[in-house]
Amino acid sequence: MKNILEHINKAFENRTRLGIMAALLVNDSIDFNTLKEVLNVTDGNLASHIKALVKLEYILVMKQFIGNKPNTNYSVTKLGRLEFQKHINALEKLIKPQ
Amino acid sequence: MTEKDYLSDITEIKTIMNRSSRFISLSGLSGILAGVYALIGAFLANLLLSNHQNSYSEVSKLPISYLEYLLLGIAVLVLILSVITAFILSRRKAKKNQEKIWDQTSKRLLINFLIPLISGGFFCIVLYQNNLIGLIAPSTLIFYGLACLNASKYTIGDIRYLGLSTIVIGLISTQFIGYGLYFWAFGFGVLHIIYGVIMYQKYDKT
Repeated sequence: MKNILEHINKAFENRTRLGIMAALLVNDSIDFNTLKEVLNVTDGNLASHIKALVKLEYILVMKQFIGNKPNTNYSVTKLGRLEFQKHINALEKLIKPQ
Repeated sequence: MTEKDYLSDITEIKTIMNRSSRFISLSGLSGILAGVYALIGAFLANLLLSNHQNSYSEVSKLPISYLEYLLLGIAVLVLILSVITAFILSRRKAKKNQEKIWDQTSKRLLINFLIPLISGGFFCIVLYQNNLIGLIAPSTLIFYGLACLNASKYTIGDIRYLGLSTIVIGLISTQFIGYGLYFWAFGFGVLHIIYGVIMYQKYDKT
């Protein structure tokens, strides 16, 4: 049991963060507004969780301009993908003990 | 965090993965209706053609180019009706799923559906240009099948199998030129109805 808990990543123990990672894992990249709509969260909430995940280098920020409008895109890093996978595996083991 | 929390976490993750990458509100009912329109269209076309061969009827006095326009008109009408139905019913379903009808997932679905379809449209114009009329019906089936196959990556459900079956029907019909209308009725009519019923049973009935 202790072994399994080791792989539960504290960084993902939050609905919004799980959502960000889940959405980014199946898309090449997503912009801020789409992510907000998919997860149904507020600007501030999303921004703070994104910041935390960027700091851990789990996700990548790409800023660009479409015409005059700034547009921020996010994608998952290799490390993020790996850590998230570990976390999911640990969750599944917790739910279905052998 | 309890075990129940973890379970709902996983469910949530799955929902988000689907919602953010695939358009889930494609209506099954609209598939059934599209099939019905196609069958009615094929029936009308058949009526026109058989009347044209019958020298006693009024239709036979029409010049051949006029008949072609009428047939084309039926086909376009079937297409427009199907698209409008699909749009209205999918919008209704999207509302129920709390999904937007016009977001990244539906845009992606539409673009990837249209690329093979429009290529096919141009190809059919070329066939007409070269007087290869008999190959037009098989080609519309094949390209439509490819469009469905391509779109299947961006939505849920069995549209992939609809695409594959339509391609097969299209390829078979290349060997029975002159019976294009019957294959057309089967491919666009019957297959759509089967697909629509399966989709409706699986996803719409809630």
